[in-house]
Amino acid sequence: MIAAEPVTRGLIAPTDVLAIDNLQVSYRSDRGEVKAVGGVTFGLKPGERLGLVGESGCGKTTTALAIMRLIRPPGRIVGGRILLRDGASETDLASLSDERMRRTRLSEVALIPQGSMNSLNPVKRIGDHFADSIQAHERRVSDSEIRDRTSEVLKMVGLRDSTARLFPHELSGGMKQRVCIALSITLSPKVIIADEPTSALDVVVQRHVMETLGAVQQRLNAAVILVGHDMGLLAQFVDRLGVMYAGKLVELAPIRNLFENPLHPYTKLLISSLPTLEQRGTFRGVPGLPPSLLNPPVGCLFAPRCPSVMERCTLETPPLQEVTPDHWAACHLY
Amino acid sequence: MTWKLLGKRFGMFLIVIWGAATLNFFLPRLAPGDPIRERLFALSTQGGLTQTGVEEMVASYNARFGLDLPLWQQYLNYLVDMLRFDFGYSLAMFPAQASDLIFDALPWTVGLLLVTTIISFVLGTLLGALIAWPRSPKWLEYLAAPMLTLAAIPYYLLALVLLYVLAFSWKWFPLSGGYTTGTQPNVSLEFWWDVLKHSILPALSIILAAVGSWAIGIRGMMISTNGEDYMTFAEARGLRGNTMFFRYGLRNAMLPQITSLALSLGHIVSGALIVEVVFTYPGVGSLLYNAIKGADYFVVYGVVFMVVLALGFATMLVDLAYPFLDPRIRS
Amino acid sequence: MGTILVGQAAPAADAAMPTVRRHIGIGTYLKRNPKLVAGLILFGSLLVFSLLGPLFIDTELARPMSAMPSQPPSSTYPFGTDDQGRNLLAVAVVGLPLTLQVGLIAGLVAIVLGTVLGLTAGYVGGVTDMLIRGICDILLTVPGLVVLITVAASIQGAISVQMMALVVASLAWMWPARTIRSQVLTLRERAYVQMAKLSGMKTPEIIFREIMPNLLPFLAASFVGSVAAAILASIGLEALGLGPQNEPTLGMTIYWAISFNAVIRGMWWWLTMPIVAIVILFISLFMISAGLDEIANPRLRKVSS
Repeated sequence: MIAAEPVTRGLIAPTDVLAIDNLQVSYRSDRGEVKAVGGVTFGLKPGERLGLVGESGCGKTTTALAIMRLIRPPGRIVGGRILLRDGASETDLASLSDERMRRTRLSEVALIPQGSMNSLNPVKRIGDHFADSIQAHERRVSDSEIRDRTSEVLKMVGLRDSTARLFPHELSGGMKQRVCIALSITLSPKVIIADEPTSALDVVVQRHVMETLGAVQQRLNAAVILVGHDMGLLAQFVDRLGVMYAGKLVELAPIRNLFENPLHPYTKLLISSLPTLEQRGTFRGVPGLPPSLLNPPVGCLFAPRCPSVMERCTLETPPLQEVTPDHWAACHLY
Repeated sequence: MTWKLLGKRFGMFLIVIWGAATLNFFLPRLAPGDPIRERLFALSTQGGLTQTGVEEMVASYNARFGLDLPLWQQYLNYLVDMLRFDFGYSLAMFPAQASDLIFDALPWTVGLLLVTTIISFVLGTLLGALIAWPRSPKWLEYLAAPMLTLAAIPYYLLALVLLYVLAFSWKWFPLSGGYTTGTQPNVSLEFWWDVLKHSILPALSIILAAVGSWAIGIRGMMISTNGEDYMTFAEARGLRGNTMFFRYGLRNAMLPQITSLALSLGHIVSGALIVEVVFTYPGVGSLLYNAIKGADYFVVYGVVFMVVLALGFATMLVDLAYPFLDPRIRS
Repeated sequence: MGTILVGQAAPAADAAMPTVRRHIGIGTYLKRNPKLVAGLILFGSLLVFSLLGPLFIDTELARPMSAMPSQPPSSTYPFGTDDQGRNLLAVAVVGLPLTLQVGLIAGLVAIVLGTVLGLTAGYVGGVTDMLIRGICDILLTVPGLVVLITVAASIQGAISVQMMALVVASLAWMWPARTIRSQVLTLRERAYVQMAKLSGMKTPEIIFREIMPNLLPFLAASFVGSVAAAILASIGLEALGLGPQNEPTLGMTIYWAISFNAVIRGMWWWLTMPIVAIVILFISLFMISAGLDEIANPRLRKVSS
């Protein structure tokens, strides 16, 4: 069942493969609850590439990890649903048992990790990583089958068979990240969550890895959530982009709409801070600091930094509403 | 592993042994006066039955340290003797050779400590890792406190308590020795049973105290390993808990512990000194203790040399085995 | 094209790691570190016992032949007496401070030596570092207890409590030196140290104003560790009869109890006093060091889910 709130109904369609419904994640600290993700709602269409962007601490990575149920104490999911749909059936990942969640990971929803440099077990050969993944989900798989499937996915990310015999420290950063992509698609998941998959790589390698990810996504026809802080990189890759600020989604729109007609003042500032060829050298950021997520104030959390702030902004929290078709923003201006 | 590396490591081992032997040679000469001569002199003035023995010992002593040969030649002779494990006569138990006494005691000590060290390493490592594992059952944490407390107590104190309660008050175990006095060591099943009964209390006190310190060591390592990206990614790939615990977590957290294990194994030769004394166990520890009390210098230096040898050997083995445990070292 | 980063320059709080490092009152802090508190209370009570003890009991009673020998605990002799006629309560009052003294002197010498060498090696680097590290590594493989035994055996009899401490300290400084060196190595690369360097601060100033304050919790933990190790070593030597022959330290009491067959004679009280005192001492030191460890290394802190 999908919540009957009008807002939610529009953000999530019945055809979505993944529907995040009012997800909330909190961290316990000595001074109270830190609301890292404060009610995020969005849907992921089949085969879609959705981007999540925001500055560090905005909750984008926490959202990604929460979908995989990988939030570690003192953090925990305090509310909301994570609906994974397969045809007519629907599972709420947030309420799944630990064992069933374990089996869902990789086979249905896979993660491409952020710290690719360190994401592989240093004492195991690459091939063993694939064997571990397959054996964790399927019983009685022969060694030769594992080998065949490993070389198949390695080929898909542009790596040779012989890579399977190497240790992680024998690979370059780009190769490691390709291995991570290959690992995450071993069981052909329907949803792939890529958490800043290129943040540790240099620009040229970044591009190759993104191309690989794109090719793999098309081949599997999987839906991808790409988390990142690099607007330029995201703009080239995604179909839709969600902008997060202080644990909330503030704008969500197809990538073209978002760049041509940004609605939320924060998005506007972000886009205007992108350097262009004409004005090289001048660097403009978004002035001010993000608010503390410990006991956040009422009203719009961006208000203290907002150039178009109104009295209403500090009194009422703006909901995410559809301003123009398919273009959502959480701002009292609209 | 190249032969060159192997040769290099073996060369280092030889240098350490040579250093220890050299120290053993010069230490007694640096001491004010000459404790060994004094001791021999004291023995010879006692006269009586040991007279001939003392003459022989003085002769042997002179041959080793005497002034009739130039220093470098004495030193070379000494090194050759060391290679043959010839440490000279025991001053207290003449005509026994120091090396004979040491080799008689060695099996007792190695038998006791090899078993207890391995048991406590395996148990402690598993328990410590489980305590650090976030998905362990809650009750393990209640186990943690008493175990860590045991680790904070010197193990010979534990030995004294066990001895008093289990052997003296409850008479479950024999009070002392490695076997029942009066029996002759042999290979019968009965004798082995006797040895086993005698070794349980010393073993128990060593294990109880050592398990905790292994657990503390691995706990810290396991906590930092749990924070590694490869653990998160393993969980994200839906790996089973067992796979993650043993082959991702423990396998990596254990690496630094291996060096400590080697050092402990190397220390085996010196015995669990005070525990052996408490139980009058016929091992190297008791031998060393009696040698110190009886100023039996050749035995003391012999034991010290053996300890350095064992330690050097154990650390060499670990250095050579480490590349197989940690592939990052291989290249 | 270049990379365009959103707000990476802003020193923002990462949501995954909420900011907890603010100024918290020392009371709140101790409340969150029950190990440290319990350890300090235990250690404090031992100190109080050894400081106030002499006011309530005549320390002369710790001498042999001052009481009826081999008496089990009674109202006259709360801890009993040994077979030499020492009142074991008096022995506790005299022996505990002696043992603490050995531990504190040896621990202090070890930590000062270790800090100086570790700081020098870590901060100066180069040949100096190689030399200091090399010496530490070699000395660390030397079987400490055996060397101590050899040394103690050759100066046997004449050894005093202070000499005992120095003998123990001579082999206790390598471990602190090594761990402090590696701490300094990571601290040296921190941004604030680099800033200090760029702003023209002199080396001693950097060491004392930038590095030392950040090293303090770590030094405190190492100090407690060294004290515990020194007490362990000294009690070990004493239990083998290699300690000061005329001072009734806790270790010597154990030695006498073993030598005079306290176990077979059923004189449990002779062993109980030193064992209980040593166990309390070690547990308190262990808890203090575990508590300090949690300050120096926050990851060890237990997370409540």
